[in-house]
Amino acid sequence: MRFFISLVLMGIMSFATAMYFPWWTISISCFVVAVFIPLKSWISFLSGFLSLFILWFSLSFWINLLNRDILSHKMSMLLIKTDSPILLILLTALVGAIIGGLGSLTGTLFRLAILSKRKD
Amino acid sequence: MRFIYFIISGLLLIALCVLLDTRIVLPVPFGKILSPQEGLWQNAESVGIDYSSNFNFDQLEGKVDVYFDDRLVPHIFAEKENDAYFVQGFLHAKFRLWQMELQALSAAGRASEVVGDVALIHDREFRRLGMVYAAENSLKEMEKDQATKSACDAYTDGVNTYISTLTKSKLPIEYKLLGCEPEKWTNLKTALFLKYMSYDLAGHENDFEMTNARNYFSKSDFDLLFPMIQDSLVPIIPKGTVFSSPKIKTKIPPFADSIYFKFLKETPVAEEFEKPDPSNGSNNWAISGKKTRCGAPILCNDPHLGLTLPSLWYEMQISVPSHNVYGVSFPGAPSIIIGFNDSCAFGFTNAGRDVRDYYEIKFKDKSKNEYWFNNEWIPTSKRIERIKILGKPDFIDTVTYTKFGPVMYDNNFSEKINNSKLAYAVRWTAHEKSNELKMFYLLNRARNYQDYQKAVKYLKTPGQNCVFAAKNGEIAIKNQGNFPAKWVGQGDFVMPGFDDSYAWQGMIPEDENPFLHNPPSGFVSSANQRPTDSAYPYYLGRDYPFTRGYFLNKRLAELNSVTIPSMMSLQLNNYDAFAGMAKPLVLHNINQSLLNKVEYGYFQELQSWKCYDEVNAIAPTIFQLVWGHLYNKVYNDEYADAPLNTLRPYSSTLLEALLKDSNYVFVDNVKTDRKENLKEIMTVAFKEAAIECLKLEFEKGIAWGKFKGTHIDHLLKISSFGRGDLPIGGGENAINAVKSDHGPSWRMIVQLTSVTEAYGIFPGGQSGNPGSRFYDNTVNYWTVGKYYPLWMMKVYEHNDIRIYYRMHFNN
Repeated sequence: MRFFISLVLMGIMSFATAMYFPWWTISISCFVVAVFIPLKSWISFLSGFLSLFILWFSLSFWINLLNRDILSHKMSMLLIKTDSPILLILLTALVGAIIGGLGSLTGTLFRLAILSKRKD
Repeated sequence: MRFIYFIISGLLLIALCVLLDTRIVLPVPFGKILSPQEGLWQNAESVGIDYSSNFNFDQLEGKVDVYFDDRLVPHIFAEKENDAYFVQGFLHAKFRLWQMELQALSAAGRASEVVGDVALIHDREFRRLGMVYAAENSLKEMEKDQATKSACDAYTDGVNTYISTLTKSKLPIEYKLLGCEPEKWTNLKTALFLKYMSYDLAGHENDFEMTNARNYFSKSDFDLLFPMIQDSLVPIIPKGTVFSSPKIKTKIPPFADSIYFKFLKETPVAEEFEKPDPSNGSNNWAISGKKTRCGAPILCNDPHLGLTLPSLWYEMQISVPSHNVYGVSFPGAPSIIIGFNDSCAFGFTNAGRDVRDYYEIKFKDKSKNEYWFNNEWIPTSKRIERIKILGKPDFIDTVTYTKFGPVMYDNNFSEKINNSKLAYAVRWTAHEKSNELKMFYLLNRARNYQDYQKAVKYLKTPGQNCVFAAKNGEIAIKNQGNFPAKWVGQGDFVMPGFDDSYAWQGMIPEDENPFLHNPPSGFVSSANQRPTDSAYPYYLGRDYPFTRGYFLNKRLAELNSVTIPSMMSLQLNNYDAFAGMAKPLVLHNINQSLLNKVEYGYFQELQSWKCYDEVNAIAPTIFQLVWGHLYNKVYNDEYADAPLNTLRPYSSTLLEALLKDSNYVFVDNVKTDRKENLKEIMTVAFKEAAIECLKLEFEKGIAWGKFKGTHIDHLLKISSFGRGDLPIGGGENAINAVKSDHGPSWRMIVQLTSVTEAYGIFPGGQSGNPGSRFYDNTVNYWTVGKYYPLWMMKVYEHNDIRIYYRMHFNN
């Protein structure tokens, strides 16, 4: 349950911060959520990873659908040298996912580090 | 221990973010570019986007309503003229900002700032040519005139108002890819853009290459290779026209024969790096009502320029109480450039006159502070040019200015010059004060021939053939510009700059420029050919193509009861006038008995060809290859030992020479003991071409369209942003002059009946955004030779079903 709450929260917060701040603030959103919602490290990574994967995938998928692949054809050829809109969307999702997952993991490790200090 | 895990994970995260947000390691910042809320996806415009919106801007004096039709052509209705220019600037920026930025930077020699040192040579060349100096001079004139100043001010304000509404995520994709941001627009940038057109259209010359040819060949050979005038010329002003005696009497400097026309073997002079396309040409014509079915004049124009995406042109209608004009505009300048209003229509082709000459300068020492002129040392002035380069330290160049103009080539710039006291200064009419914008401003408002005459006087550089037709039945054409009055041969070669004896002796008075008004033939036309025959009292230079003009005049003379469809098919006519003259000569001189079966097949193909450059025909390819091989066979031996940048004759020179005399002196190969004749070398040329044809059949294809490979490149040459392999016919010598990356950038036909009927098309689209469906939506239509009706909207039609979007601007 906490996994899903964290996943949804990370998605919402990442979307909101990226509306006003640079794209990499998604890592801060995931970090903050992970600090406050206790999860095991690897589950925390998965939660950030999946959250941003789903967010960036659906955003780019939706935009691309409305654009009828016009730009994704051109940009996939430019960036990944293959004419494949879906690959470009997956790459987008993957980049977001890695940053999200790592942000979330860092948050959890931060919480654990603080906790272990208090126990000392 | 846990603390260490946190630190490692945190550092990894920061490192990844930096990696994906910058260009330190990756060529593009993948995170930033792919982010759906910031990067490329924000440029992927919904195909169902609604552009309609309302704006309030304090600077506006009244209300402006803009109606967009299905092709996204805006129809601007403004209560005040300046508001219309404000909105024009706003819309140019909204749809073409990146293009405007790049063109202005490029014109100013600042391209390195955004693309890095690949553009350094371009930037240095443009600074040395004095582009900014020229634009500054022009800006002074533009701002001296109240009308053009306030139009420019309003336009600039419109551009900048749009820029201030932009957020980072809404920047055009090219900014995101290059990692730069828009700079404020200024009136100087408008002047710079117009100078860029001057460079493109009036920057062409061959002075160094001609000088090398003069130094290498004997006088008699030189005169054969570069004849003054072509036999087949049909000039813009009919042959036999009598010109009054010139107001400026030019004098050939004393001893020119030994100093200037010397034909001595000498070391070659500097070479140039960048040249505008020599075939920047065009067609335009106007037909009087006597020759049209409807009884009203028809005006046609198709400017041939480099084909690019985003397109050079932006189509629009501007309607204000004083006038109502429709046509294409330049993103970067206010007003309509080619188009029509409620009374008349106007268009342009390039005049191609030589207005850029070089003078040899002798400095006192390597400091370049003084130069020898009229028997004394005269101080130079210097302009320090600081060129910013993306990711590299600035480059500082010093440009030395002389009486003639800026020094383009010296030992600091050209590797060929090793003498630090020697340099070449450029004299170019574009450096002089002028206000070309005023011409467009006045043409937009012109009602009759008198207004047209008053307007075109403002055109100084680039010289153009300005065509005009009015509803009252008048037609006219004028070879207009600020042209130097030259003695025969002046400016063909680099000239001595040690005194003023070789300086331009004056400018041709504007009323002596060749013009034609309501001629008895019932039409006026131009296709970049020489404007007059040899009777014109001033020297016109040697470098004019004649084939399109020859055929165009013939067709226009034959045509009667002309209609719009017949004009469309004339603009799209693929008849190759060059091949029409050359084909019989080629076939006649091939020794058929020496051909094998494959070669004979190609021979028959050529034989049955009607000389149309059709997209699927193979004969145009064969012809082109045969002619290329013949040309090389004729001249390569003479040029074998000449310096690399020695001018070669035009293809048409060879054609005319062979038509006159099959024993043309250059046919013989000087490297052999035998004497070759035309039949021999033509047959060999044909056989060599046949081998190439056979190879083509197995590779990319021999069909003309495939061979020619017409494509439209993106301004940054990003290949997926361009359009390749367009199946389109035509060619250099056809009225439909579509070449590989160059051709009719706008086709327009205007019938001046009481209700104007007009058609037009340019290859591209109204939007400069590669992620918009309006980016290249007209390319296919253009390729197959179709036209769109141009809708001169009336104010009461604001509920018409042709309107898709509405923008309302209020103060």
